[in-house]
Amino acid sequence: MVIRARWGQTAHKGEARGAMKLTGAQALIKSLEREGVEVVFGLPGGAILPVYDPIIDSSIRHILVRHEQGAGHAAEGYAQVTGRPGVAIVTSGPGATNIVTALADAYMDSVPIVVITGQVATSSIGTDAFQEVDTTGITASVTKHNWLVTDANDIARVVAEAFHVATTGRPGPVLIDFPKDVANATIDYVEPTVLDLPGYHPAGEPTPDEVTAAYALLRDARRPVLYVGGGVLKANAAHELARLVELTGIPVVTTLMARGAFPDSHELHLGMPGMHGNFAAVTALQHSDLLVSLGARFDDRVTGRVEDFATGARVIHVDIDRAELGKVRRADVPIAADCRLAISAMNAHLERAPLAPGPERIGEWLSRCKDWKTRFPYTYDGAGDRAPGGIGRIKPQFVVEELRRLTPRDTILVSGVGQHQMWAAQHWGFEEPRSWVNSGGLGTMGFAVPAALGAKVGHPEKMVWAVDGDGCFQMTAQELVTATAEQIPIKVAILNNAYLGMVRQWQHMFYEQRYSEVYLSADLPDYVLWAEAMGCVGIRVTDPKDVAAAIERANGINDRPVVIDFRTDAMEQVFPMVPSGASNDEILVHPSQADQPR
Amino acid sequence: MTPTALNRAVQTRHHLVSARVENKAGVLLRVAGLFSRRGYNIISLAVAPTDDERFSRISIVVAVESNLLQQVIDQLDKLVNVVEISELDPGEANTAELLLVTVNAGIDTDAGLRGLAEATGAVVVEKTETQTMLRLVAEPALLDDFEQRLRSYQISELQRTGAVALPKLGGTS
Ligand SMILES: Cc1ncc(C[n+]2csc(CCOP(=O)(O)OP(=O)(O)O)c2C)c(N)n1
Ligand SMILES: [Mg+2]
Repeated sequence: MVIRARWGQTAHKGEARGAMKLTGAQALIKSLEREGVEVVFGLPGGAILPVYDPIIDSSIRHILVRHEQGAGHAAEGYAQVTGRPGVAIVTSGPGATNIVTALADAYMDSVPIVVITGQVATSSIGTDAFQEVDTTGITASVTKHNWLVTDANDIARVVAEAFHVATTGRPGPVLIDFPKDVANATIDYVEPTVLDLPGYHPAGEPTPDEVTAAYALLRDARRPVLYVGGGVLKANAAHELARLVELTGIPVVTTLMARGAFPDSHELHLGMPGMHGNFAAVTALQHSDLLVSLGARFDDRVTGRVEDFATGARVIHVDIDRAELGKVRRADVPIAADCRLAISAMNAHLERAPLAPGPERIGEWLSRCKDWKTRFPYTYDGAGDRAPGGIGRIKPQFVVEELRRLTPRDTILVSGVGQHQMWAAQHWGFEEPRSWVNSGGLGTMGFAVPAALGAKVGHPEKMVWAVDGDGCFQMTAQELVTATAEQIPIKVAILNNAYLGMVRQWQHMFYEQRYSEVYLSADLPDYVLWAEAMGCVGIRVTDPKDVAAAIERANGINDRPVVIDFRTDAMEQVFPMVPSGASNDEILVHPSQADQPR
Repeated sequence: MTPTALNRAVQTRHHLVSARVENKAGVLLRVAGLFSRRGYNIISLAVAPTDDERFSRISIVVAVESNLLQQVIDQLDKLVNVVEISELDPGEANTAELLLVTVNAGIDTDAGLRGLAEATGAVVVEKTETQTMLRLVAEPALLDDFEQRLRSYQISELQRTGAVALPKLGGTS
């Protein structure tokens, strides 16, 4: 929308302004500046060389990553915490293929990033030239859209279209493939005045009929749940959501992608649904008679076996992406609209025609939810104890809880993928939107370090902690070199359980404890030495009693990154758990809760 | 697939999807990709520019359950280059396809072939004493029948274009 406003201004100025001679590469950088880009993450190479020359003279800060996947995840981290598009620039061939994982990740999690790839000269395309790959072909299925620029006169327009497509509607990654001869061509640069996107019509407001239909279901429901997904954060609708809860008194669940959209401390918050979600959240969805899905997509990790998911529930489904409506679950009231506008419209209706107060209308349901919530909290052996576990057996959940206790409220938490990710999502206690960055849809190991770097660049004033796994850390740790070199003081807590823990957990539960290829060793590599070699402060913690002191020491270091190697209990499992493909009713709880009546 | 099987399939599981798309490189890849990732086989595909050179029309016949088709259509509609998309109900659309065939028989000497051409309206494109090339434009089902009736001849080459369609006059879509 900001872009639209800016468009409005340039539309009339553009004509008056005389054309200026620029190279294609200069036009590209100028177009990025015009979009308000402040920082790009990248790594040069042959085909993108012309673009790197004008970067020297640009106001844009370039951060030189050590691997292009890192550039992509950093752009994602930046975008997730700021709400502005992240930008990455890489070369052709291997540079382009290295960033495909990040594109796929951003596509799954609807993160707006703009990736610019160098390409061989147009005359060489299709000849198997050095470092040539069919980048637009390879990335077609993991981008919202991509462009191959064949005429330098198109650059300004394509960049404007790319930013518009990435940031409007359902956000997502876009890619501009930029051949070397196009970058070297000289053109008369003219600011673009029109977007040429005849097939692109992002949804906006709900219709009055849709709002009325939703209202009727809200009014009549006796066991309603607000099923809140990442779309609420993307639409910046946390404020409107809070009002909706006030007006309806309906309990809330927030998905892995929506942690922070509603305060965990709120009494109506039942927590996270899904495979490793709170018992109360999972069970409330199962028993509900109305699911109000707001920017969520009925992911298989949330629904469990779809046929058994919330079988008695009617569905209001709000999503800006029409293709999500009815994809997994038929909606009684499908609403293709922006979440903020849709929730606001519902709120306005509810203000005109207030519902009976929650306790009167749905009191019985609220007490059932509360009962589940109090009887089945997240727990682990030694929970509540100030230092559970023995030497070398630090409880990973305890580390997350201590981190939360000892860091500022607005700290940004980033995670990798695995057990540590689930413990982070469970035990942190999110209070603010955009304070949680993780790889939800793709589950990309190695996401944390580069994404934390991007998040810290986006919010240098906030503390940024990554909770990472030992396996994940080994995939992208090199970006700590970037962090040191560029003075981006992120902090990394490795929950070092010496295993590909999540895979081990599945082998433990579903493969008769036959542990195939999951052991990593706690000492190889030596994470402290490695951290120091990368210019970070490295700290090792083996005794639970030292956890807090180590965190406090890390919190006090602001001139370089810090890595803490927490030696955690490898036997620890993530509970609750809905086994893959099972019904949510078959949720396994922590052994200490197993005898509780459900 | 035998023609009769094809006929049956047309009624049950074959759908014709018609999309107006931007006339740009890569559009076909994206459209086809949404079918192939699900393992749906495209039965036929016809692409040509429309009266407005900025746009092309893609006509796709695909074998898929109706409820799944809506999903694909929604996702196709999401593609930035797809301007408009609809499923054409065979009952509410006029469908046509072109078939070219070379049979190893001279039409001047073979009364049967002559009769078949006359009965179906197939046009003689070229002929020699021993070979005949025929062209027929008709509904796909009629082309299937024509193909079947040609079976008693030795077919040297046969080529079909894939169906295209427009909504019937005064129709709702
Ligand atoms: C790139 C990639 N490869 C493989 C996987 C499969 N996988 C999911 S979690 C996991 C283990 C992660 O190990 P670690 O980082 O040590 O985290 P832990 O589960 O031990 O906390 C693996 C291998 C993945 N998600 N991503
Ligand atoms: Mg591990």
